[in-house]
Amino acid sequence: MRFLFKTDYRQDLSLARHSGHVFWYGLLLVCLLIAPGWASSYWIAQLGFVLIYAIAGLGLMVLSGYTGLLSIGHAAFLGVGAYAQAWLTSHGVPFVPALLAAGALSALAGVVVGLPALRVKGIYLAIATLAFGLIVEEVLARWDSVTGGNAGLPVAAPQLFGYVLEGPVAFYYLALAVCLLATLAVLNLLRSATGRAFIAIRDSEISAQSMGIHLARYKTLSFALSAALVGIAGALYAHKLRYISPEQFGIAQSIDLLLLVVVGGLGSVHGAFLGAIFLIVMPQTIVLAKDFLPPAIAQASGLQALVYGTVLMAFVLFEPLGLYGRWCKIRTYLELFPFYRQGMFRRQKAFQRSERLK
Amino acid sequence: MTDTLLSVRDLSVRFGGVLALNGVSFDVRRGEVFTLIGPNGAGKTTVFNLISRIYPPTSGEILWQGEVLTQLPPHAIAAQGIARTFQNIELFEHATVLQNLLIGHHTHRAAGFWADLLFTPAARRSELAARHKAEEMIELLDLQAHRDALVAGLPYGVRKVVELARALCSGPRLLLLDEPSSGLNVEETEDMAWWIRDIQSELGITVLMVEHDMSLVSRVSDRVLAMNQGQVLAQGTPAGVQAHPGVIEAYLGTVDDVASLRRAA
Amino acid sequence: MEILQLTISGIALGCIYALIALGFVLIYKATETVNFAQGEFMMLGAFAGVVLTMLGLPLLLAVPLTVAGMAGFGMLVERLAIRPILGQPQFTVVMLTIGMGYVMRGLITMVPGIGAGTHTLPVPYQGMVWRTGGLVLSVEQVAVIGVTAALCAVLYLVFRYSRIGVAMQASSQNQLAAYYMGIPVRRLNGLVWGLSASVAAIAGLLLAPITFVHASMGMLGLKAFPAAVVGGFGSLPGAIVGGLVIGVVESLAGFYLPEGFKDVAAYVVVLVMLVIKPNGLFGENLRKKV
Repeated sequence: MRFLFKTDYRQDLSLARHSGHVFWYGLLLVCLLIAPGWASSYWIAQLGFVLIYAIAGLGLMVLSGYTGLLSIGHAAFLGVGAYAQAWLTSHGVPFVPALLAAGALSALAGVVVGLPALRVKGIYLAIATLAFGLIVEEVLARWDSVTGGNAGLPVAAPQLFGYVLEGPVAFYYLALAVCLLATLAVLNLLRSATGRAFIAIRDSEISAQSMGIHLARYKTLSFALSAALVGIAGALYAHKLRYISPEQFGIAQSIDLLLLVVVGGLGSVHGAFLGAIFLIVMPQTIVLAKDFLPPAIAQASGLQALVYGTVLMAFVLFEPLGLYGRWCKIRTYLELFPFYRQGMFRRQKAFQRSERLK
Repeated sequence: MTDTLLSVRDLSVRFGGVLALNGVSFDVRRGEVFTLIGPNGAGKTTVFNLISRIYPPTSGEILWQGEVLTQLPPHAIAAQGIARTFQNIELFEHATVLQNLLIGHHTHRAAGFWADLLFTPAARRSELAARHKAEEMIELLDLQAHRDALVAGLPYGVRKVVELARALCSGPRLLLLDEPSSGLNVEETEDMAWWIRDIQSELGITVLMVEHDMSLVSRVSDRVLAMNQGQVLAQGTPAGVQAHPGVIEAYLGTVDDVASLRRAA
Repeated sequence: MEILQLTISGIALGCIYALIALGFVLIYKATETVNFAQGEFMMLGAFAGVVLTMLGLPLLLAVPLTVAGMAGFGMLVERLAIRPILGQPQFTVVMLTIGMGYVMRGLITMVPGIGAGTHTLPVPYQGMVWRTGGLVLSVEQVAVIGVTAALCAVLYLVFRYSRIGVAMQASSQNQLAAYYMGIPVRRLNGLVWGLSASVAAIAGLLLAPITFVHASMGMLGLKAFPAAVVGGFGSLPGAIVGGLVIGVVESLAGFYLPEGFKDVAAYVVVLVMLVIKPNGLFGENLRKKV
């Protein structure tokens, strides 16, 4: 068991709270940096996807996990970022400015979506985001001149400082760098007033207002930030796949992102990464498991839907804190052994109380 | 700088067909503890909600340090120096006590979004300042044991105190306390009385509170206003208002009940 | 004349949206949860009807059996999946129902022989057409409109003149207090889900002759959300009106506007509505009382 003796407020502010943090995360970073040395090209490519989805997951986590605004159309921002990047790089804009522009454009889209958010709550907002997501998908399909429509759009490999980053390894390092920056940015926000303002809005809007938090401003900020992160992930996604089409950014992708945050653990940065790993590993597992299943099930077109749905339901019913929550419980168990008490993380039974004022 | 901090002038508010407040007027002087009493539904919390600008009044106005308050948006009230607690605790459940208190300090943040994103030294300084203030309040209200606990798991009495601490963290000039002793046992109410006195004398904060516990009212209040059905019944010293026949009839019960209350105070 | 024709087919489609939206709103009013699997309930209802008629049952028997069966299924779903998480934040429940929808869709494709393909429901009025006053009306569409109207009337009577309606409102506003008042809240929730599922099943059976029955049929349910929002979530007449509005707008957009607008018309309408009148046409005022 570790006892933290705090002597300075700065200790609470720093990203690594104690030497254990420094050691394990440092080790993780080293492993990630030397990964191409010991992992096969296939797994490096998969890791690249994990990093992309982690960035997108961070985006959605900021909005839904920390600000409490449910969004069912988030793949729209992925699409906006992807297409913006594709268009800009095909017109000669260098990689980094294009990436920033894709993020900015996404952020702008986020502000637009956020506008109804300022006036509506909860399920109304969710449906507004759903509507927006579906509209964007349709626009991407119809706006032939820019997006190439349903036929799709090829994307060149990223070019950084004159070097063309071909192949999974080069892309992996690029994604890793962007992911690290994104994670740092989000962690910084969370340990400062802006992040706390988001949490305040999630937990009690009225109270947040009486603390001086400008609801409209912070909600818009949250949307813009979330969209920017997802847009950047989309831009990387475009470069990774080298070919994008509107159907990749439809409602299925939006639900995948939601699955990511729920399975990973809503309201935690770790959750974005755990969820991304889950999202990439799950289809592979299904493919492997197909050999062991009877043909009626294995060949069914709805197998993936069934597995995803079951996993989602299972996590919501039995492990609401997600994979990160499960990890926290395990870690607490090990730390407190043998004093771990059964009910430590139990959800309080809540009686439903209507927030509607009739 | 005048002596009157808050001035409520002829305030009325109508919700649909219900006239919740009908021409309520009173002044709160700097440095005093002013209490609103009255039966449930009298409109006391409605007055608070109007000061907090949660909804606009139908007529009348509220003056804060001489300036009209009724044009400001709700999030601007904290910056004016007015903080409040809520009748049904509105804490940030999924955050720690410390985070709740730090959020209380929000109006005094010295760094903007980009500074936060990059965690510049300015953001760091702003954070440390917020932390200092939060720790002062933790010390004042004895919350050290709960500093890093999630609010969701805390008992009711502790939550009430956290709510108070959070309001104090915004460094207000006027503190609106909505039923600070409701749900607290005798010992906790004693503590609350001491804290209200400390807030008034040590921190120099003016307190406007809604309260049902008459002994607490008698102990800490400088002046009392009794309301019933949205209207003012009586105003004066605690003893004076409690002896007022209209107040007794509407709220306190018979004369004997009042006598026994006086003995308890 | 064209406009009238389009409006009528719009109303027919709108009735389907209305029925699904009605199902949402019923559940929302009672338990303040949103059921993202409502479209899948409709799909299951349609499949149930198809299977029963394939097994040789006459339509007159298959329909009530389907409706009753789906009612039971709805109650089962409530008991097993929804009840454990009642009281949790809305996000959680939404995710659960999304998961449920996926599971239902996945499972249906695994039913041997039936799941993968497209089927029709043999109805006596299939393909029939009425010609009146210059209009060409497909009887399937008229059936949809007629049944929806009848169903609405029945539901109105039930909610107006029975204790269940009042009990539902009570338990939706303050569940704990409803418990104390002796309202069997949990049983009521089950009933509401059962009712909702059977309304969805009726929608499925009505839709089956028009669009055919297949596993992705439930996607239509997505359009019912805008319908419920336009009408105002929490208002039953609003759901009907909202559905009709969306149906008519879609129908007109499909004809008068360039290609692609038809698919997004519903969503554009809902965004416009949320900006102009966030509470919908018949909506309620959402404000937390402090």
